[in-house]
Amino acid sequence: MASTDFSRTVSTPAQHHTFDRSGAFFARLHIDIILLLLLLILCGAGLLILYSGSGQEMGMVKRQAIHFGIGLVLLIFAAQIPPRLYQLIAPWALGVGTLLLVGVLVAGVGAKGAQRWLDLPGPLPRFQPSELVKLALPLAVAWFMAKRPVPPRFRDLIQALIIILIPTVLILKQPDLGTSILISTSGLLVLFFAGMSWWLIFSMIGIVAALAPVMWFFVMHPYQKQRVLTFLNPESDPLGSGWNIIQSKTAIGSGGIHGKGYLQGTQSQLEFLPESHTDFIIAVLAEEHGLIGACLLLLLYALIILRCLYISSRCETLFGRLLSGSMSVTFFIYVFVNIGMVSGILPVVGVPLPLVSYGGTSVVSLMLGFGLIMAMYTHRQRK
Amino acid sequence: MWEQSIRDKAYERRLFRARAIVAAVLVISALLALVWRMTYLQVTLHEKYQDLSENNRVQIRPIAPNRGLIYDRNGVLLAENIPAYSLTLVPERVENMDETLAFLNDLVGINDRDLEQFEKRISYRRRPYEPVVLRQRLSEEEIAAVMVNRFYLPGVDVQAQLIRHYPHGDAFAHVLGYVGRINQRDQERIERDDETRRRYSATSHIGKTGIERRYEDILHGEVGYEKVETNARGRLLRTLERENPQPGTDLTLHLDSRLQLLASELLEGRRGAVVAIEVETGGILTLYSNPGYDPNAFVTGISFSDYEALTTSLDKPLFDRATRGTYPPASTLKPFVGLAALEAGSTNWNYTVRDPGWYQLENDERFYRDWKREGHGVVDLEMAVVESCDTYFYDVAVRTGIDRLTPLLGQFGFGRDMSSDVISAVSGILPDREWKRDTGRGSWYPGDTVNLGIGQGFMTVTPLQLATATAVLANKGRWEIPRLLAAENDVPTILPHGDIPDITLADPSDWDRMFKAMENVVIGRHGTARALRRHLDFPIAGKTGTAQVVGIEQDAEYDSEALQERLRDHAWFMAFSPVDKPQIAIAVIVENGESSGRTAAPIAQAIINQYLGGAEG
Repeated sequence: MASTDFSRTVSTPAQHHTFDRSGAFFARLHIDIILLLLLLILCGAGLLILYSGSGQEMGMVKRQAIHFGIGLVLLIFAAQIPPRLYQLIAPWALGVGTLLLVGVLVAGVGAKGAQRWLDLPGPLPRFQPSELVKLALPLAVAWFMAKRPVPPRFRDLIQALIIILIPTVLILKQPDLGTSILISTSGLLVLFFAGMSWWLIFSMIGIVAALAPVMWFFVMHPYQKQRVLTFLNPESDPLGSGWNIIQSKTAIGSGGIHGKGYLQGTQSQLEFLPESHTDFIIAVLAEEHGLIGACLLLLLYALIILRCLYISSRCETLFGRLLSGSMSVTFFIYVFVNIGMVSGILPVVGVPLPLVSYGGTSVVSLMLGFGLIMAMYTHRQRK
Repeated sequence: MWEQSIRDKAYERRLFRARAIVAAVLVISALLALVWRMTYLQVTLHEKYQDLSENNRVQIRPIAPNRGLIYDRNGVLLAENIPAYSLTLVPERVENMDETLAFLNDLVGINDRDLEQFEKRISYRRRPYEPVVLRQRLSEEEIAAVMVNRFYLPGVDVQAQLIRHYPHGDAFAHVLGYVGRINQRDQERIERDDETRRRYSATSHIGKTGIERRYEDILHGEVGYEKVETNARGRLLRTLERENPQPGTDLTLHLDSRLQLLASELLEGRRGAVVAIEVETGGILTLYSNPGYDPNAFVTGISFSDYEALTTSLDKPLFDRATRGTYPPASTLKPFVGLAALEAGSTNWNYTVRDPGWYQLENDERFYRDWKREGHGVVDLEMAVVESCDTYFYDVAVRTGIDRLTPLLGQFGFGRDMSSDVISAVSGILPDREWKRDTGRGSWYPGDTVNLGIGQGFMTVTPLQLATATAVLANKGRWEIPRLLAAENDVPTILPHGDIPDITLADPSDWDRMFKAMENVVIGRHGTARALRRHLDFPIAGKTGTAQVVGIEQDAEYDSEALQERLRDHAWFMAFSPVDKPQIAIAVIVENGESSGRTAAPIAQAIINQYLGGAEG
């Protein structure tokens, strides 16, 4: 009941001062309190799961809490910036991001045959330009589409596709297939929300399906092919690349309905489950808290995404709607790809579970994204 | 343009809302797909993954049983298991092998031999996460040095284990043998059979030679198991269940360590062998070959250079002369030839031969010389045994004939391995017409029979065979096959008799007369072993023998001084005692010992005196 009050409060700016004081307070802060609460619950659950998944390392949990803190500050900061400003910087952000991606290909550093990092001068940390592009691309495509009539004309769509294709190809060259697919998807989602015709959508899906064999033979690297092969038949190499997926399925399956109990998961605690604090952390939850725990987490994600979609549709500007709609669904894709991979219905691509997996970069850029969504929704143009 | 966009605001909202609803439906369907997937794994396949997870966590680890101990007849420990601390590495857990090895070298010293062995152990027969021994027998200080630095040495551990130890070292090396690490060949043998593979699943050492190998199956014991919880790196967290291993059977041997040690002392600096047998039981009291080697070196793994030193030594310390050394029996065969001739009727106690110092076959120019150039004069059987007259035995051997000679010699066990549990024993050669033809040496000539009469020529025996024949002789033809094992876990062992009939003579008094002749070898004025009279505590019946190392050219001067030490004749002595009620039979060979009376016979006498004297005391 309280939640409906809040939503009404913030959705009708004219009545700011007539409703209860706390709602007004958050509205002035440009914060959607329901989304923030859901995110805080997710972060709290994430820390608890991480404590188990890290092998009960308090230090790691504390560092992750600091990541959340920084993320929260950035979220609030990003929410204060009016959409106009985002619209203004959008093309520049993508331009800088694209240049940096070129820089990675020319002078990047990395490991295992992939160049993904850029060494910054002096004391600055290593920087992964694709993280910037994750935000910059939907921004730029939303900026581009918002200036054009909806539903978009075919000519505009072609131009938007070119904007999407350039960073996608650059990231593909690193090579980083997973990120390039996710980034291009976030751009395509803008087109979807802009009202691209269903006929075109299905044609594109058809083209992608037709291109898949071409990708296999001409674009994909051997390690990427190996991942797909392992995904199709993990038992073919149980001690090598199939190990991770066998162990994560074992962890999930052995959890049953009720789970083995917090900190009691033998797969997680006895180190059979690899990457139990990062990409495979959902298996820790599923093993220790069973189907019930896994479903509760999925429910939490569902609420966050639905809330995001709801506030997207209430945005005042087309730019805001397109951007926050695309980012909401992109967030969901991260969740789906990660859980799908850990439970063995998708190939292993290094995607962390949003706000639960350990990792500063991921947490900060996700929180920034939610800040953007809130900014799009809470700022009202004066008439 | 601008107006159009204002007019389309509501349309834009509607369009977006429609798309948002489609997106929400897709998101919820995808989430439901994940729920379905989780349900499939956690409910439908729950049992399968429950098992997989348990198998991950719980491991069945075999526990090696303690090997049975070996005692001598007086309860003296001959083979035991002592705790030893070894430095082990789990290669999977070592982060930097080169650095770790270098650090350990600074701490406790790792020599090239250790490294060489370590590399070998890593490269074959290893289960994943199984610790590999790097250095054995750490001192207390070395253990402390490793444990203090353990934090810097992931994968390194000090393990206590029982290792086989032979307290008497060289003295029992050949007869007991030794255990060594299971090598690839042993492993193949073990894995041929599932039951054996199970029994040896935790075992690192196996009997390689001697008793250790012969009785491997009962010494080994039964493997035990423990159910343990381990983590993914194989580190043991706790034991859930345990079934203790059953230790191997303790063996008591007929060996008498006092005699064995005495034999090793008496043969010091010589090459030779001593075999003594308890007449009544066939129990082997002494089975000693000199020089020996330290069997303990083989337990922990002998270095290549040490092993090479053993194999290239002229003295052949690894060679078990007692059971594998084949020598011409020489004159020690004469009592047996005499009995065969008596049995064949080709001689009797009154029959005499005139010995001019040589013997000639009819229609043959060749001279067969007696060891005494001027001859023994007129000799009967007793005198021929006492003085070891060659001519007499040339004569009776030829008149008995090869076909009547060898069957009785065979009855005494010559030409075959009669031992029940001496693993390395060989058969020697008892020549006859068939043997000579089958081995491509042509047909049997009368000259071959002449040589056989004095135990030369083709015939060879091992010290064990001669001691066995002596025991059968002392037992008046009753066979007790030679044996080492007396009891298992203090329960006396009954061994099968073996497929050889007891010897019955047409005239049993021939035994006693032969005993008397052999006693006179020791106490007679012209006896070849009269040197023993000085220390004669117990009446001994014996026979000397001198086995030629190289064939001496016909008529050539035999000048032992000129020959190198290793070309000198081998000295034999066989004996039993006491004469009237024999308890111990013995055969001694001293390689290049030349004079039996001065080398081999005193050793035999010392052993007899120790045995009979010790038994009374």
